[in-house]
Amino acid sequence: MLEVRGVHTFYGQIEALKGVDISVEEGEIVTLIGSNGAGKTTLLMTICGNPRASRGQVLFEGEDITQVPTHHLVERGIAQSPEGRRIFSRMTVMENLQMGALRTGAAHFDKDLDMVFDLFPRLKERRDQRGGTLSGGEQQMLAIARALMSRPRLLLLDEPSLGLAPMVVRQIFDVIREINRSEGMTVFLVEQNAFHALKLAHRAYVMVNGRITLAGTGAELLANPEIRAAYLEGGH
Amino acid sequence: MAGPEANVTAGPDSDGRAPMQGGINLAEVVKESAIAAGIAGLLSLPLLGLHAANVGAQLLLRTRWELFFAAVAVVFVGRFVLALFRDRRKRPSHGPSAFDRTLHVIHERMLVIGIVALVAAVILPFTEWGGDRYIIYTATTFLIYVMLGWGLNIVVGLAGLLDLGYVAFYAVGAYCYALIATHFGWSFWVVLPLSGLFAAFFGVILGFPVLRLRGDYLAIVTLGFGEIVRVILINWYDVTNGPDGIIGIPRITFFGIEFRRGEGTFADLFGLDFSALHVMVFLYFVILVLAVITNLFTQRMRKLPTGRAWEALREDEIACRSLGINPTNVKLSAFALGAMFGGFAGSFFSVRAGFISPESFTFIESAIILAIVVLGGMGSQLGVVIAAAFVVVMPEVFRQFEQYRMLMFGGAMVLIMVWRPRGLLAFRSPTILMHPKDGKKTIVLKKEGA
Ligand SMILES: Nc1ncnc2c1ncn2[C@@H]1O[C@H](COP(=O)(O)OP(=O)(O)OP(=O)(O)O)[C@@H](O)[C@H]1O
Ligand SMILES: [Mg+2]
Repeated sequence: MLEVRGVHTFYGQIEALKGVDISVEEGEIVTLIGSNGAGKTTLLMTICGNPRASRGQVLFEGEDITQVPTHHLVERGIAQSPEGRRIFSRMTVMENLQMGALRTGAAHFDKDLDMVFDLFPRLKERRDQRGGTLSGGEQQMLAIARALMSRPRLLLLDEPSLGLAPMVVRQIFDVIREINRSEGMTVFLVEQNAFHALKLAHRAYVMVNGRITLAGTGAELLANPEIRAAYLEGGH
Repeated sequence: MAGPEANVTAGPDSDGRAPMQGGINLAEVVKESAIAAGIAGLLSLPLLGLHAANVGAQLLLRTRWELFFAAVAVVFVGRFVLALFRDRRKRPSHGPSAFDRTLHVIHERMLVIGIVALVAAVILPFTEWGGDRYIIYTATTFLIYVMLGWGLNIVVGLAGLLDLGYVAFYAVGAYCYALIATHFGWSFWVVLPLSGLFAAFFGVILGFPVLRLRGDYLAIVTLGFGEIVRVILINWYDVTNGPDGIIGIPRITFFGIEFRRGEGTFADLFGLDFSALHVMVFLYFVILVLAVITNLFTQRMRKLPTGRAWEALREDEIACRSLGINPTNVKLSAFALGAMFGGFAGSFFSVRAGFISPESFTFIESAIILAIVVLGGMGSQLGVVIAAAFVVVMPEVFRQFEQYRMLMFGGAMVLIMVWRPRGLLAFRSPTILMHPKDGKKTIVLKKEGA
């Protein structure tokens, strides 16, 4: 469904991605783990064309989307919950969700609203509250819910567990598993929380310094001693 | 503000301010006031204390100690009161203040307030005051600024693009009518929409180069744009008649019927005695209608995808893109529509005045319009009305103070910003609310607040 082929991305002189290849098949949850500054966010943003890859290709459902403007990707079925959530803080929960449905989800708004409120009952309680006054966990739920409102076929999530209590992390990961299972949603998940992400994902990639260094199923990587030493020891 | 009192006895909240525990530290406050008064003394010694006077051919230096000491005393007392007030404010508040509660009521009753205000505006000319040319004239000026405030509010308040050159669009509209009417004799009613379109076109022209800019940089470029338009008006003598301006701009007609003495005129057709007031009242109603259109349009836009996108873009551009919003179109539409209303107001300005020159379109106009938007509370429609009343009416009220009126105006503005830093009615009301009580989802489009 998604294929990244030999992608290089630069920030000025800095080469943040040094030839990355990944693929995500339909119906999969694929996770990308790696330490701070490895280039995970850069890869997600490059898939969305902001910044653009200077070399290589991004294919979505067989079509080259490397040069497609970022704001056209929603229409093609890609939604992103970006790093740092980026919800509209002065707008209410409802209005944020409406913004998510603006381009592609307007016709199914009521139905989709029921769906995300089922997934995140907390949001239902707080629907008239301003986004900026939600707690961190609620904001993360809102960011995911907003992305879902555009009815994507591929959901890109950038560190949904950032700064959340273990309980809430589990809740969010349960929801990701749930939408994958019941809606067949394809998910590409960038995470620091390697333990949870690897347990959740069908397949996983490890990124170091702008390169993919390891790939395998979630279970394989969880069992990998190198991974355990680098990403799992000391935590969880 | 971090005066010498900082950290001397700072409690846990050592944010560089006086501590709130243990009441007010009188010695510190006195010391702080004394320092402020000392600085004021240094400054006002040459400014107020000494005075050069021409006596015959001689230039004498006079002293004005009363004035000097008065200034120092005012600063001392002012600083003292401010310090007390500031310390008092830092106590934990017990619920919302009376003002905030009033504000809440205002927001709940926005529709009623709007209708009452509109009805009052409509009947004004038919009341006792309606016979007073000065009142009608000032009310018309007030409505021009309300309209400009609402127009700029689209750009600054909703889309969050700081525009310091809004007067350029006002000028474009004004010259558009003035030039077309004097050269081709077209009626105001034909040129009015044209000038709006033309100004919107200028809005797009400004919009393109500033698409990537935000905040300070955007402000500087728009400021430059405003000046460029003014400088062109001054220097393009063949077309704009330069600094002399354009005189003899055709007056407004009652949809083709002129306001004059004689047969076939407005007074004649309606069986009235001719009065110069008729045209003034008519102008008043024209700008009232234009302003109301601006308001309704903005409120409608806020509920449409484009208007939503303006507000979303103000908050987060990256999120907008990931949701499929094209920031280019959204910004250009904000600039274009904001400019359009500026253009309408401009052509109204020139048909009312009958004379325009570049002097009417200086930076101070942009600043005043922006002040109206900011004082009112960004994005607040009612706030714009109140702030426009303040900005237009205050200088008139203080007219008897002659040279001090701008000083008082400025002082009042500073006070408002100290008191309500985010504007008088800083409150964004949601455009959509759900009723949590009944089980089924009824989406209630709420009347736009403020
Ligand atoms: N806008 C930018 N300009 C310049 N350099 C950037 C920019 N954004 C990211 N970088 C650099 O690119 C590298 C990769 O950053 P990226 O944000 O992709 O890391 P990450 O893997 O997402 O890290 P984290 O887990 O901390 O979010 C870092 O060295 C970072 O400093
Ligand atoms: Mg990152």
